[in-house]
Amino acid sequence: MFDNLSNRLDGIVRRLRGKGRLTEADVDEIMKEIRSALLEADVNVTVVRSVCNRIREHAIGATRSQALDPGQQVVKAVNDELTRILGGETLAIKYASKPPTVILMAGLQGSGKTTATGKLALWFKSQGRQPLLVGADLQRPAAVEQLRTLGGQVGVPVYSDPEDPVLTAFQGVEEAKRLGRDVVIVDTAGRLSIDAEMMEQVRLISGAVSPDYTFLVIDAMTGQDAVQTADAFHRTLQIDGVILSKLDGDARGGAALSVKEVIGRPIAFASTGEKLEAFEQFHPDRMAGRILGMGDMMTLIEQAENAFEADQAEQAAVRLMEGEFTLDDFLEQMQALKKMGPLSGILGMMPGMPKEMKNAKIGDDDLKPIEAIIRSMTAEERARPQIISGSRRGRIAKGAGREPGEVSRLVKQFGEMQKMMKKMGMGGGKKGKRGGFPGLGGLRGTPDMSELEQMMGGQGGMPGLPR
Amino acid sequence: MQWYWIFLILAVAVMVFGFGVVLVNRRQAQRSVAPPRPASGVTKPPPKQVPLDHLPPDDGGEIPIAEPEPPVERAGTPAPLRDRLAKARIAFSGAFAGVLGRSTITDETWDDLEEALLRADVGLGVTTSLLDQLKQRVKDKAINEPSELLDALQVDMVAQLQGADRTIRFDDSFGPGQPNIWLFVGVNGVGKTTTIGKLARQQVDSGRSVLLAAGDTFRAAAAEQLGTWAERSGVEFVRGADGSDPSSVIFDGVERAAAKNIQLVLADTAGRLHTKTNLMEELKKVRRVAEKGAGTVTETLLVIDATTGQNGLTQAREFREATDVTGVVLTKLDGSAKGGIVFAIETELGIPIKLVGVGEQLGDLMPFDPAEFVEALFEQA
Ligand SMILES: Nc1nc2c(ncn2[C@@H]2O[C@H](COP(=O)(O)OP(=O)(O)OP(=O)(O)O)[C@@H](O)[C@H]2O)c(=O)[nH]1
Ligand SMILES: Nc1nc2c(ncn2[C@@H]2O[C@H](COP(=O)(O)OP(=O)(O)OP(=O)(O)O)[C@@H](O)[C@H]2O)c(=O)[nH]1
Ligand SMILES: [Mg+2]
Ligand SMILES: [Mg+2]
Repeated sequence: MFDNLSNRLDGIVRRLRGKGRLTEADVDEIMKEIRSALLEADVNVTVVRSVCNRIREHAIGATRSQALDPGQQVVKAVNDELTRILGGETLAIKYASKPPTVILMAGLQGSGKTTATGKLALWFKSQGRQPLLVGADLQRPAAVEQLRTLGGQVGVPVYSDPEDPVLTAFQGVEEAKRLGRDVVIVDTAGRLSIDAEMMEQVRLISGAVSPDYTFLVIDAMTGQDAVQTADAFHRTLQIDGVILSKLDGDARGGAALSVKEVIGRPIAFASTGEKLEAFEQFHPDRMAGRILGMGDMMTLIEQAENAFEADQAEQAAVRLMEGEFTLDDFLEQMQALKKMGPLSGILGMMPGMPKEMKNAKIGDDDLKPIEAIIRSMTAEERARPQIISGSRRGRIAKGAGREPGEVSRLVKQFGEMQKMMKKMGMGGGKKGKRGGFPGLGGLRGTPDMSELEQMMGGQGGMPGLPR
Repeated sequence: MQWYWIFLILAVAVMVFGFGVVLVNRRQAQRSVAPPRPASGVTKPPPKQVPLDHLPPDDGGEIPIAEPEPPVERAGTPAPLRDRLAKARIAFSGAFAGVLGRSTITDETWDDLEEALLRADVGLGVTTSLLDQLKQRVKDKAINEPSELLDALQVDMVAQLQGADRTIRFDDSFGPGQPNIWLFVGVNGVGKTTTIGKLARQQVDSGRSVLLAAGDTFRAAAAEQLGTWAERSGVEFVRGADGSDPSSVIFDGVERAAAKNIQLVLADTAGRLHTKTNLMEELKKVRRVAEKGAGTVTETLLVIDATTGQNGLTQAREFREATDVTGVVLTKLDGSAKGGIVFAIETELGIPIKLVGVGEQLGDLMPFDPAEFVEALFEQA
């Protein structure tokens, strides 16, 4: 997690500050944290080494800043550097002066070539072009059928001939000329980079159609092997651009960095879903943040925007900070949260939450008794749970079919939570932070949760929890 | 106020309160109930050293009796994994050459070993703990030579994979008309459909009647793809209309199998990312509905692509949560990727690796062998 990295770095940098001058060993310690973050994100070992050498200076520079959140400063420097590496030259499609413009798709089995072929067709259509698709995968069962279905969905013709893949590709281009289509996209079979025969076949296909652009499709979940694959395909085919697929998952996607480093060609498109529209231009900055582990938070925020009623949520948040949050508010916000998926999943993605809680394996069903208890309270009790006395407790417990002890624990925990949130609202005792809330740290969209963590007892567990 | 702050504080409040209450209640319960009881929900895989016949069934209730002989057998007798991979790999090069090239154990030796494990996608956490154990033994002078170190590492890793039950459960005691169901799940493009195609032939060769159910009604031409595999092995095939409810297609498959006294249903499902809650819910339903009729799901196999990096562990965790995964199929091990993440999946989550895919042809599926797998991890492409 991103916050983990910046928090871990916070500690180190704070300690080093007093020293005046950083020794080699200090720097190594910082770099070790960065290295492990990159490795956990699946960046290739060799690439990690070269990238770390390059970001060393930037990271060290950032430790000199006197910001309150030194860890984030370092991460920001690293993030900027990764963005630079991932970005650089972008791919602008130049159409062939003598149409058709030929695109060749290549990659490992199941990486997403055929799907990306369909998506590219849609994209070219949106650019006012008239693509034709060529099914040169005669290997996998129903591969051409799959392409025909996608072609049908996009509304573009598909050419294939069961005879031979090289011939099919060649004839496909001829067919496009005959039909006056100005873009041809050739889908090929998935192949292993170490399968000499199949690599030779794709080289022949490439020779037969002389592509203007050759795209390598790489699965965002790929691990260390991304380097070997990218290198082999690049040597065989001269890759022009990369399509990174399945980015809609939660893989950190270090493969992007590996591939960019190895072949030095731009990552042109991001494929973010099974539907044909889920295809967009690649954003190096988002990818950098994701590799460093802040992708989770970004996804969460996006999902949250759909799940919550913005006005209501804001009012509830204000009440929360003023200590006026009610149990009704809680129920309402919990329903909104649940729309985003199981609560434990959301918890896992949230920075700064205590480990103890993350490891507790709490399912949504475990919260049902709480709901039942709250629902058997009167409106007044929900608004001011502190009025719940012995007799009320008995009644509520009976109504919910729970133990009275559970009711009192619930009330107590609610009080603890309110106290904590109110403290946050008042600035948590820290000076120099506007509005009581921690500043936005160095990075766009990344709140500094370390303060929250401290408030929640840091490593020491949660407030109000018996040890 | 910025939107993410609103969200964040609300989420924190809900979690701190809601989950806090659950935790406090759990502790209370633990205190009042008999003391030596593990917290509910935190089930650890059984220790691997325990002899197999003493192991409790791991998903409670009536478990089909595993057959003594693994039903996955050598259709067309594929050569051992090692031989099949040999063409592409020169053993003991790379990291091994580095380690063995030095006469003593140095810092570089450890770096080389770490790098070898990381390159195989074993992951930083597992790698560090494996090497820490070895470092202690070197310190204690139990290990002195680089070559001993290498052997010890491999022996340790193989030992951690020993003892798991890798049989694919097929209950013979079910009467006619009560098929076993093996369900295949996993993220997109890993090799679910292909694995079913290969397994169908192996099962037919071992004398079982098989039906393939095309539970992927979503992806373009997914049913056609499975249909081709059904033809190749000459087995029954059930599909639905594109876009129809996957659980009813599989249900129909089970019904058809029951009616025709077919013993085994191999059920395909659409690839889905474990982050998509609705699709994971759909999968739960598929599993539930599959058992509505006369059949019983005796295996839920999670397919993991050998190229997968650290995300594989999350996949396994999430799919297990949704569908009670009983085993892993590691595919595409014929490529340059080593599939080291399954080591973490088995040792950390206790899900046994059962099958290995080594190609796109009918015969390219074999039982998982820990020793061969570990050895291949260290070989260089
Ligand atoms: N979630 C998600 N799934 C994707 C994405 N791109 C492709 N897929 C899915 O991944 C699987 C494999 O995609 P294909 O397009 O068939 O892959 P391929 O590279 O053509 O596969 P082969 O031809 O067998 O080598 C399918 O289930 C696709 O729906 C993506 O961006 N997100
Ligand atoms: N080399 C190799 N290729 C494999 C292996 N298993 C599957 N494949 C290939 O991987 C690609 C995807 O396989 P599928 O069986 O379609 O994967 P899937 O999981 O069903 O995919 P979706 O249904 O789209 O999610 C195909 O091109 C297969 O031929 C294997 O063990 N080795
Ligand atoms: Mg394809
Ligand atoms: Mg499939």
